[in-house]
Amino acid sequence: MLLQFIQGTYIIAGVLFILSLAGLSKQTTARLGNIAGMVGMGLALVATIVHSVYLSAEGEASGARLSVWLTLGLIVAVLAIGAAIGIPIARKVEMTQMPELIAAFHSFVGMAAVLVGFNSFAVPGESAGGAVHLVEVALGVLIGAYTFTGSVIAYLKLSAKMGSKPLTLPGRNWINLFGFVLFFALMIWFVLAGEQNPTLGWILIIAIAVIGFLLGLHMVAAIGGGDMPVVVSMLNSYSGWAAAAAGFMLDNNLLIITGSLVGSSGAILSYIMCRAMNRSFISVILGGFGVDTGTVAASDAEQGEHREIDAAGAAELLWNAKSVIITPGYGMAVAKAQYPVADLTAKLRAHGVDVRFGVHPVAGRLPGHMNVLLAEAHVPYDIVLEMDEINDDFAGTDVVLVIGANDTVNPAALDDPTSPIAGMPVLEVWKADNVIVFKRSMATGYAGVQNPLFFKENTQMLFGDAKDRVEDIIKDLGNLA
Amino acid sequence: MQIGIPLETQKGETRVAATPKTVAQLIKLGHSVVVETGAGTKSSYPDSEYAAAGATIADRAAVWKSPVVAKINAPTGTEITRLPIGGTLISLIAPARNPELVEKLNKRGLTALAMDAVPRISRAQALDVLSSMANIAGYRAVIEAANEFGSFFTGQVTAAGKVPPAKVFVSGAGVAGLAAIGTAKSLGAIVRATDLRAEVAEQVASMGGEFLAVQAEQQVSTDGYAKEASADYAAAAARLYAEQCKDVDIIITTALIPGRPAPRLITADMVATMKPGSVIVDMAAASGGNVEGSKPDELVVTANGVKIIGYTDLAGRLPTQASQLYGTNVVNLFKLLTPKADGAVTLDLDDVVIRGMTVTNAGEVLWPPPPVQVSAAPAAATAALVPQEDPEAKAVRLAAEAKAKNQRNLVLSGVAAVLVVLAVAFSPASFVGAFTVFALAVVVGFYVISGVSHSLHTPLMAQTNAISGIILVGALLQLGSTNVAVLVMSFIAAAIASINIFGGFLVSYRMLGMFKKEA
Repeated sequence: MLLQFIQGTYIIAGVLFILSLAGLSKQTTARLGNIAGMVGMGLALVATIVHSVYLSAEGEASGARLSVWLTLGLIVAVLAIGAAIGIPIARKVEMTQMPELIAAFHSFVGMAAVLVGFNSFAVPGESAGGAVHLVEVALGVLIGAYTFTGSVIAYLKLSAKMGSKPLTLPGRNWINLFGFVLFFALMIWFVLAGEQNPTLGWILIIAIAVIGFLLGLHMVAAIGGGDMPVVVSMLNSYSGWAAAAAGFMLDNNLLIITGSLVGSSGAILSYIMCRAMNRSFISVILGGFGVDTGTVAASDAEQGEHREIDAAGAAELLWNAKSVIITPGYGMAVAKAQYPVADLTAKLRAHGVDVRFGVHPVAGRLPGHMNVLLAEAHVPYDIVLEMDEINDDFAGTDVVLVIGANDTVNPAALDDPTSPIAGMPVLEVWKADNVIVFKRSMATGYAGVQNPLFFKENTQMLFGDAKDRVEDIIKDLGNLA
Repeated sequence: MQIGIPLETQKGETRVAATPKTVAQLIKLGHSVVVETGAGTKSSYPDSEYAAAGATIADRAAVWKSPVVAKINAPTGTEITRLPIGGTLISLIAPARNPELVEKLNKRGLTALAMDAVPRISRAQALDVLSSMANIAGYRAVIEAANEFGSFFTGQVTAAGKVPPAKVFVSGAGVAGLAAIGTAKSLGAIVRATDLRAEVAEQVASMGGEFLAVQAEQQVSTDGYAKEASADYAAAAARLYAEQCKDVDIIITTALIPGRPAPRLITADMVATMKPGSVIVDMAAASGGNVEGSKPDELVVTANGVKIIGYTDLAGRLPTQASQLYGTNVVNLFKLLTPKADGAVTLDLDDVVIRGMTVTNAGEVLWPPPPVQVSAAPAAATAALVPQEDPEAKAVRLAAEAKAKNQRNLVLSGVAAVLVVLAVAFSPASFVGAFTVFALAVVVGFYVISGVSHSLHTPLMAQTNAISGIILVGALLQLGSTNVAVLVMSFIAAAIASINIFGGFLVSYRMLGMFKKEA
């Protein structure tokens, strides 16, 4: 009766999770979706706590479980720790640091999956057992371990605690392939010998974990910082599969449902992003794209002269414009320029200028990164448009402000078939009458490619920190008004 | 220099080569103007206005004595003899069709400038009378058609019943065609148009018409004029015309090829299929007609009640406007002839516009002029056309590729399905249930997320990240274990997973709170 009640609660929780993800796919229902997820999680936890306490009550006599109160105490302690650490982080985190935070969180799920896998091998549940169970354990540990180290590397790269250059060992793909082959060999051995010989079993399962750790390390390290949005999304997917694998081990339907929901949604999200960048999905999963940067900055010399503009000139141009499009990039996030940009937008709109934002699908280090930043600064979301929505409008636009974007507005992606970013759809800002590029210096962007945009006749450079320069423009606008 | 503006003597001509307004402009350029008595009467410009503008009103003989004479129609034999030897004549000449006229002009030692031989380059648009007259004629053609047509052009829903809009088909999207399209559209009709130059489709659309492409090899114009079409094209075009004849109420044909008889576009058979009361305006009637059975300057009614209008003076039917535009074209020519605005006419034969217009000069026949390329743009268009695949072949190829891909996918899916069935068949019962749940959840995940709005990617990721903290459930169940190692590991696992849950939900909650729509 009690177990059925728990199962029933799990079903409701699973449905709530589905509704939660569905809700989050639209702006209007997103809040509701978030709440649905929280309620689902609450129900799942209550049911699980009841289940765990019930197991203790049943198993205490046989010595397999701790006493009811001790179990309950431990659970409360664990949740308290989680709340004490998680809530302050979530409160304090800057929106610009969102990517690293999510990567860090993924690593937790990965590690938890590894530990749950170990436990499941140590104390198999009643219903589980046999070869199938061992396969599940091996897979769960591998995916968990991979997610853990992969996320840690992604975190380090995104928070600039580690160089963002792709690590390219010779024979990269062979190393990965060897890793997987070795994993399969060990898994088969583990399945055959693990149960009869626990010591050998432990050695094998730990070896599998190590393989997972190394693979995660190597594969994510091989991906350049500029391609991190897809990686974060992919790791999101992996963390889901890790949870699903745990569900198989523990024969827990809720874990399976939720894990595979997260896994498949993460995968489709990564696929959507790959399409936006014109990258091969397969090469992302296998790691190490953004590698063919053979012609980096090779043609710098032929690019010609760039022109500079000062803040006052930019202010005048904006003040007299009818329509303005702002294309933000990672540089805006780094400079934390979203507030002054929002302020500038409000001022220009009050003056009757049509200001819109054009966001490239991979602008920033996380999909939708720019949208979150602009939302944080209270830019109305209905003037923030996607690339496909706005790309045709550049031709009739008076001024385009490129704030901290580089590769996503590079005409070489369309014009130069030898460019490393060839074929990637880009914001066609150069079709506007005037383009003002905010940039620290003439250095290349994340992909290490020179940008012919900077040398076009209708392009003017505004050098310096994006935040300072935008504030200067706002000051100069005050003089004009 | 004195410019003479004679009264037009050709039967039915209503226009005049200068209006009071353009006289004033000519005087500004340093010239003096002599206008024949009554020259502007038919265009509603009385002599008094010319005089007020600074012109001298004189009799015929005095006007023709002017060193420069500007008129509309080509001069007759007697008129030529009235011109001073070595004088200058500006008028329509049609040198390609009138070699004898050219010879006569040359014999008299005249400098003859043909207003209808302006090269079609952008700079010369200002003096192109073919263009300005075609614009008027196109407009008038629609008005004439409307006059003869027994119904509205526009569709209406009235208390007395519903009126369908008239369907107008315009053949040839040159200046006249485009003017006709615009006029018919503004009267409320449904307008379709075709042209053998596929590149004008955009212009047709810009006037509000629907472009009907002839499905045959395309022609790219390099000199701005249409050329004669290939046999292949003609057959395809004939099919198009035959179809349109059965459907539309009004047809306006404007197909003219410079220096050649007009192409026959619509045969008597096609006309016979039209509805009684339909109207055809054949704007090419003067040069042979696009429509079989059309007669120049006449309204012909066929046996099945179709009216064929063959008026050749369509522009002249708007004499006030036509004279003003023609006069302005003449003024623009004089701007080229007197660059210093000092009244001295100089003929700069190095200027392609002047060279193109000059038929005879100083006893020499200069017709035909060397060809002029309109611009670089059409050449580029030709280059772009070359690698283009035949659209039909391309469609077939794409369809074949898509089919092959579908088949491949089908086979792969089939293999995957068999493997799954086999795997499940050899698995323990508990696994089967779990696997069912798994497979369904994966599919649900794909569908739920496919439509996600781009701006929500980050909150979505934070949310799914929080949800993946569900691994906590597994850890919590293991937490009661008496095995110390298991206890410690599950404690750590549960702790970090719960950080994930609390943090993830809160962060996505915070982010979503920031998205606001403008109030």
